[in-house]
Amino acid sequence: MTAAGGEPLLSVSGLRVGFLTEDGLVQAVDGVSFELRPGEVLAIVGESGSGKSVTAQTTIGLTRSKNSRIEGSVRLAGEELIDAGEGQLGRVRGERIAMVFQDPMTSFNPVYRIGDQIVEAIRAHRDLSRAEGRRRAVELLDSVGIPDPERRVDGYPHEFSGGMRQRAMIAMALALEPEVLIADEPTTALDVTIQAQILRLLRDLNRERGLATILITHDLGVVAEMADRVLVMYAGKIVEQGTLDEIFYDPQHPYTWGLIGSLTRLDRPRPHRLPQIGGAPPSLLDLPQGCAFRPRCPHEFGRCAEAPELEARLPEGGEHRDRCWLTPEQKREKRQVEGRIGLEAPA
Amino acid sequence: MLRFVARRLVGMMLVLFAVSVLVFLIFNVIPSSDPAQRLAGKNATPQLVESITEEWGFDEPLPSQYLTMMKKIFSGDLISYEGREDVDERIVEGIPATFSLCIGAAAIWMFFGILFGYLSAVRAGGWLDTSLTVLAVAGISMPVFWLAAIFLNYLTYQTGVFPSGGYVELTDNPLEWASHLILPWVTLAILYTGFYSRVLRSNMLDAMSEDYVRTARAKGLSERRVMSRHVLRNSLIPIVTLFGLDFGALLGGAILIEAIFSLNGVGQYGYEALQSLDLPPIMAITLFGAFFIVLFNALVDIAYAYLDPRIRLGTEAP
Repeated sequence: MTAAGGEPLLSVSGLRVGFLTEDGLVQAVDGVSFELRPGEVLAIVGESGSGKSVTAQTTIGLTRSKNSRIEGSVRLAGEELIDAGEGQLGRVRGERIAMVFQDPMTSFNPVYRIGDQIVEAIRAHRDLSRAEGRRRAVELLDSVGIPDPERRVDGYPHEFSGGMRQRAMIAMALALEPEVLIADEPTTALDVTIQAQILRLLRDLNRERGLATILITHDLGVVAEMADRVLVMYAGKIVEQGTLDEIFYDPQHPYTWGLIGSLTRLDRPRPHRLPQIGGAPPSLLDLPQGCAFRPRCPHEFGRCAEAPELEARLPEGGEHRDRCWLTPEQKREKRQVEGRIGLEAPA
Repeated sequence: MLRFVARRLVGMMLVLFAVSVLVFLIFNVIPSSDPAQRLAGKNATPQLVESITEEWGFDEPLPSQYLTMMKKIFSGDLISYEGREDVDERIVEGIPATFSLCIGAAAIWMFFGILFGYLSAVRAGGWLDTSLTVLAVAGISMPVFWLAAIFLNYLTYQTGVFPSGGYVELTDNPLEWASHLILPWVTLAILYTGFYSRVLRSNMLDAMSEDYVRTARAKGLSERRVMSRHVLRNSLIPIVTLFGLDFGALLGGAILIEAIFSLNGVGQYGYEALQSLDLPPIMAITLFGAFFIVLFNALVDIAYAYLDPRIRLGTEAP
């Protein structure tokens, strides 16, 4: 995997997204910062409600509404998007940052042909005739491995299988050769065998075209397949970030241990019971004081009532950061559960 | 497609048959005067009444009376008991007025219903939405006969802006035709405009939270295009159903409006026939109305297949 260095393509800093509800302000994203470099695959991992999708959608203004409160900065190659006008955002969406969504069943408009929806995306940005657009749509469908694209281009979404629909979704996202692809749980709604195909497609696109990709998922297996760097989110905050190897082989935050521990592995004896993280994510309306993971964490101690910053806590420093007060030695010891990394069941 | 049409035609026949039997039975159960007596006139002798009874077959069993009546309806020989008029002829005479009323009103309510519904949905929660909501609820709540009376009082009797009723053929004088129809059109359209704009607004608000709308935004489409091509387009599908049913029902006669504005249409004829419990025109008008309801139901199904490609009429699946 080629983690190219250089200037960040997309840089998000201090992003806060809140939604006004009848019960109060829900702070879905609370101070998220990260950078995406050209050609890189950045995975954002977390449970439902951790703020990962909201973070991604906010980069292109999809969460804007009367009831949302957005602060911070999103820069695409230096251009600020957080307060960009609709026209400026419209030129970025699809053209420079494209998105693939979770459920290909509902993400296409059921009443229009797949080809027409791709052509619509192209013609929103390029002065192209319908016939040229259609030719381009056929090429795109072909490039993502849809068989018989000449015929399929005139098909309706309901005539495609889930996997084919997600391929068509990716084809549409690639239509304008964007600089950044955001894939929001692209494989969650698909069968396992199809998941692998879609992931391979995304990885090939990243390698062959150097397409910078943000991969949002709750599945660490998916992350292991293709990510260069990983952000682990919990309750609207990044709790740990690092390279793929750092996260998998030297995880610092107990929540990450729990995620890794709950992966089923075929090369190990089957555990008595599939491990899981006890409890449920906290309500964003009523977060615990200090570390948000505290109520579910078996290693909680006095200091956890004080909120830890996201910082490099290992002696060697570097880019591997986390939000946990335990010392690196304590972490190395406590994350060992039955000979592998995991989170103990809460007492 | 052919099989669909054939199936629908058979269905239409069955429905019309059932409707005609029902109406016929109802009118033979409710107490009304002896039809022979009515046909014979005021000072008829018992002998005359008896001979009419025999001649018209009023003493025969109900099924054969029913068959005779249906035969007459479809051969154009149906005569009303009251005034001995040719029923089919009266209906045909009433069609231009009824159709002018319905088509004009439908054009108005579809235009304003969709416009107001769209504006309400796009500006949901704003002052425009609030004012349109108040207007729509007022429009739905005002009874048609009351609204018609208000219009007639202020715009006809007191100020004389519009004529007080009646119908002028379009071919005779288009201007007079329109000026006679404006009040009936508006009265009828207000109710439906309110109703349709509310339905469209809620359909659109539902559609706005659909995933495909988010996809459309993520493609970089302008907000207007997202609204018209993706939100409005998909929200119109249920409106088409409503329209088919409402329009079909109205073509069978907008009874209240026609009677109030004395348009001399099919509906007004039906109103008069009902008042005198005159079975032949009631039968014919009911069948006439039922025919349009059934016809527009079938048309709605065909329109659906066009509007929503997920629905293919039985055989055409790809």
